[in-house]
Amino acid sequence: MPATLDLSNADSPARDFDSPVEDRPDVDLGDYRFGFHDQTDTYAFKSRKGLDREIVAQISEMKNEPAWMRDYRLDSLALFEKRPTPHWGGDLEQINYQDIFYYMKASSGQERSWDDVPEDIRKTYEKLGIPEAEQKYLSGVKAQYESEVVYGSLQQDLVDQGVIFTDTDSALREHEDLFREYWATVIPADDNKFSALNSAVWSGGSFIYVPKGVHIKFPLQAYFRINSENMGQFERTLIIVDEGANIHYVEGCTAPTYSSNSLHSAVVEIVVKKEGRCRYSTIQNWSSNVYNLVTKRAHVYRDATMEWVDGNLGSKLTMKYPACHLLEEGARGETLSIAFAGPGQHQDAGAKMVHAAPNTSSRIISKSLSKDGGRASYRGLVKVMDGATGSKSNVVCDALILDPESKSDTYPYIECEEADVSLEHEASVSKIAEDQLFYLMSRGLSEAEASGMIVTGFIEPLVKELPMEYAVEMNRLIELQMEGSVG
Amino acid sequence: MSTLQITDLHVSVGDTPILRGVNLTLNSSEVHALMGPNGSGKSTLAYALAGHPGYTVTQGSVQLDGEEIIELEADQRARKGLYLAFQYPVTIPGVKVADFLRHAVSNVRNPDRKEGGDLISMREYRRELYERMDELSVDRAFARRYLNEGFSGGEKKRMEILQMAMLRPRFAFLDETDSGLDTDAVNVVSEGVAKLAEEQKMGVLIITHHDRLLHYNTPDHTHVMLGGKIVESGGAELAAELYTDGYAGVRDRHPEVAAEADARKAAEPELAGVA
Repeated sequence: MPATLDLSNADSPARDFDSPVEDRPDVDLGDYRFGFHDQTDTYAFKSRKGLDREIVAQISEMKNEPAWMRDYRLDSLALFEKRPTPHWGGDLEQINYQDIFYYMKASSGQERSWDDVPEDIRKTYEKLGIPEAEQKYLSGVKAQYESEVVYGSLQQDLVDQGVIFTDTDSALREHEDLFREYWATVIPADDNKFSALNSAVWSGGSFIYVPKGVHIKFPLQAYFRINSENMGQFERTLIIVDEGANIHYVEGCTAPTYSSNSLHSAVVEIVVKKEGRCRYSTIQNWSSNVYNLVTKRAHVYRDATMEWVDGNLGSKLTMKYPACHLLEEGARGETLSIAFAGPGQHQDAGAKMVHAAPNTSSRIISKSLSKDGGRASYRGLVKVMDGATGSKSNVVCDALILDPESKSDTYPYIECEEADVSLEHEASVSKIAEDQLFYLMSRGLSEAEASGMIVTGFIEPLVKELPMEYAVEMNRLIELQMEGSVG
Repeated sequence: MSTLQITDLHVSVGDTPILRGVNLTLNSSEVHALMGPNGSGKSTLAYALAGHPGYTVTQGSVQLDGEEIIELEADQRARKGLYLAFQYPVTIPGVKVADFLRHAVSNVRNPDRKEGGDLISMREYRRELYERMDELSVDRAFARRYLNEGFSGGEKKRMEILQMAMLRPRFAFLDETDSGLDTDAVNVVSEGVAKLAEEQKMGVLIITHHDRLLHYNTPDHTHVMLGGKIVESGGAELAAELYTDGYAGVRDRHPEVAAEADARKAAEPELAGVA
């Protein structure tokens, strides 16, 4: 494993000019590359379409859950049905909740060896490069296919140190006390319509516990794959970082391209205790028929740090605002967000920072790109509560619009109940300037290469925060999105 | 031996004609000085030769070894060996000098390279880049900096010459490269240009108000532009005369063109800015 890869990678080789980041791999460009799908007639279980008490009870029964969880699900369903559809953000009216499969189990269980994963599914993950990445630079992997995790691994030394990295269903069975202590404490079911939906039909997701003082050197990764048409994926992730512990968790997501829509509505809850540190990186690359409505929130305690690195490419509509609630003195939150809206796509992304204690600090950096009629919106909230004296927040959001058909909006909200604070907000919107294009082209770069380079440069301040392999991946995805955008 | 032949070139910016019939022939290894008052069309000629889409050729031709190039995009011209050193180099945030230049060098040295094709070997490239940086007294740390971001005026100009040294063009147009440089920098840049002209047999068109670059790169030909035309050509002695005496003499010798230019300038004062 590369010894240079760690969490504080500000000076990682990704920034060197001889790193592979700048090498443009010769890939088959143009269409969404992950749009293939497998046969579904071999599935172990498929619920009928639609959402009602019977389906929710059936999911709970399939999973052999304790009664309290079944009741929690049913109560959450009632909350979901009661809550009106939000009218801000994107257009959610077209989602037909009765035309979706809420639970599908593709294989009979979770495997510890890729050889034991059914061939179709294994091949899918091989195409996505997961087993290869696992060998090279990950401490552990979970692969979720439809509703269930089909593969899981964790390095033995981490197991020995008491680290738990399992799927959330197994966690409920095997660590029920720990699970109940934290479950829904960060994001209750009634937080919003989609957290209620997730609480009713959740399945899979990652459960991680990092004991006091344990530093996990290499990232843990989860990969979420939707395969079926009209599928709903509702994973539930809960991460507990105990005092002084340190983790980097990475998730990736793809789905096949279908003409009808799929729904991905996850809930991610994170607790970072005193002096702990958690970085959660998402490289989401859904096909353009997926509604992606995700609630992510962290509770951050004394002198602890939470960082969200959030890359949103693809999907039909994404609404996602990773949040940090800074609950004790010295807590720090950071969100780095990249959104790329292509044709027919709306990315409504941003961040929330709630300062609830003195001397807390937050930073939001958002970069959004829109092209070919895409719409990228930044929506962010910085809230400083009464008594959070000496708190600091810095927000920078930059938008780059690649053509006249595309759109960008900014919705920065600030709520401040305390006078003794420092809040900064900068926003910029720019278009690719003709002068920049001409300058690069006059050096022999084609128009497409020149725009690609300007775009890559635009997101560079964010990409350099990623470990090298993910920086390569992010740049490659952006290049795929850029292909054919000009000339 | 290459030839760049400019014949009766008319160029407009928007609806405004700037160049009104320029004739000029550059050969390999030749150094040409192009002088003239502000707004006479010198930069317009440079931009038009490099293929800026905002500069429309309305008449005339530009041939490189007999091949018409006015329909070609800027990148294709670069791949054929033309280079413009910008008067005001553009900042590209987040793009590292080394990364950008490696792509540029790969394309120019392998003109058939497709997007995504192999880049030149990193080892070879880095060795060459560092060598050129040392020659031009550019700190190696600039390789990792973002292109022109936060560079001083002089640093930008040196960066233009560094790029030229790496791209090894057949013909280079230096647009006021010497303005904004201190004496040391002028010396370094001048030597760099002279070396390339000699080693690569590069033809050079030096657009300048000063004689500083010309001091090291004695022009074989000097041209004076007025009102969008080349009104006089001569040898090195003409450049010296213009530098010492200004353009009053030229205007006196071409009163009609001078009057026309004044009239247009009065009608459209912003012309001085674009041209």
